[in-house]
Amino acid sequence: MRNFAYAKASNSTEAIRLLGHSGAAKFLGGGTNLVDLMRENIEQPESLVDITSLLREIQENADGGVTIGAAARNSAVAAHRTIRERFPVLSQAILFGGSGQVRNMATIGGNLMQRTRCDYFYDAASRCNKRTPGAGCDAIDGFNRMHAILGWSPDCIATHPSDMCVALAALDASVEVEGRDGKRSIRFTEFHRLPGNTPHVETDLRPGELITSVTIPKLDAARRSVYRKVRDRSSYAFALVSVAAVLEVENGVVKTARLALGGVAHKPWRAGPAEEALQGSPANEASFGRAADTALAGAKGFAHNEFKIELAKRLIASTLADLARKDGAR
Amino acid sequence: MTHSQNAELERQAAESSVAGPDNRLRITLMVNGDRREVEIEPRVSLLDALRERLHLTGTKKGCDQGACGACTVLVNGERILSCLALAIQYTGQEITTVEGLALDGSLSPLQQAFITHDGFQCGYCTSGQLCSAVGMMREFDDGVPSAVTADVASGTIDFSDTEIKERMSGNLCRCGAYVGICDAIREAHSEVHSEVHHAGESR
Repeated sequence: MRNFAYAKASNSTEAIRLLGHSGAAKFLGGGTNLVDLMRENIEQPESLVDITSLLREIQENADGGVTIGAAARNSAVAAHRTIRERFPVLSQAILFGGSGQVRNMATIGGNLMQRTRCDYFYDAASRCNKRTPGAGCDAIDGFNRMHAILGWSPDCIATHPSDMCVALAALDASVEVEGRDGKRSIRFTEFHRLPGNTPHVETDLRPGELITSVTIPKLDAARRSVYRKVRDRSSYAFALVSVAAVLEVENGVVKTARLALGGVAHKPWRAGPAEEALQGSPANEASFGRAADTALAGAKGFAHNEFKIELAKRLIASTLADLARKDGAR
Repeated sequence: MTHSQNAELERQAAESSVAGPDNRLRITLMVNGDRREVEIEPRVSLLDALRERLHLTGTKKGCDQGACGACTVLVNGERILSCLALAIQYTGQEITTVEGLALDGSLSPLQQAFITHDGFQCGYCTSGQLCSAVGMMREFDDGVPSAVTADVASGTIDFSDTEIKERMSGNLCRCGAYVGICDAIREAHSEVHSEVHHAGESR
């Protein structure tokens, strides 16, 4: 690993000042992804600004939502009593990601900023438009089992690896950021970008901006929510396909539905049209199947990942059916 | 640790909070209850600081990329991967390695259970398995759910094999001693709990 300068920030203003805006410095959270990327020489920052000692609180808001400090550990968020009760899908999504050790180190802000685990992005001998814009993409004609089926571009078919972010997309969260020009709030579903012809630009963050917290608004229906994940081994593996779902049924009719997919796109994929199809429909297999078809409309796979389309449809339909049964039982 | 030691560590942590790229800087790590000074560059991992600088070679380097868990140590009682940890981030925190698990020179109940149940073959992953299991049992006893917990909002979870396997999934054993590892952890956990139970009865 190349050497770098290190500084520890004691507050957000200092962190932003220490980072500067040359792009040569990076914020350091738990390091579970960044340190690995630096060891592989994929990331080569000149300096790191350690932000792990700021913004760790998990705060319950008056409206029934929660605000999570960016430096809160994944394990602390997953274990938090209020989150487990009000937003079980978030607690579950975190617990489905990484291992116990990784979750104790990883931070919420770092989870949002983690890079794709595309093998060609990690392999310096391969062409990758993320690493070297304009170089080309070796994944499109390569081994692309783990890659995108929705929202990809001819320049990049990588997926976003986070589980937690899939739940946050379903929960209409927002990302609070702070920079030299002040603070602003970004809708979670707009925080990560689709690749287009600039796959190296992965988020809506401006140079020098710091994620300070993530806010989840009140959503009573989220008490009945679930995260399901299909992967090549039963634990400590990235998703082939995952689903975060919220479902509220009243008198046999869908009153509220939230649906987001992981492992399928360059960003956590909120399935808005499928939610609209569900709203007001009878809570039955036919509706859930239609919603699944709607969610995957336009999906297109590659040599090794076509199976994800059918897998995602079945996962959506069975997850919604399980939630409907749960809701009916209450 | 006394208050004055704490204050001293905090002062040192503040001093060591800025380092240039070519700086080797002196930091203090609290390892297994001992204050250890070590001179490092910012890029040195906690794993390399422990093994190469402090010669605590019980902690093992397996994959060096966060996939195998052989490097697991405890920080303030929580399990982490020392290969993905920069040593400089852990100044002044209580680090426990496998060398610190024995109690007054005798094996801890968990260590003894690994021997009783053949929880290893070659032994390379064992220090990581042990540290991970210590952290995992504490998480479990604190009521933290896992990915296989049916209802994360529920307060009670069974210490089942399914839970043990899921919670230990960050530690690979290429000899495949998983059955013995699970048996050892289950026994150590129930022993500790029956001791707690008996202590409660005798009051």
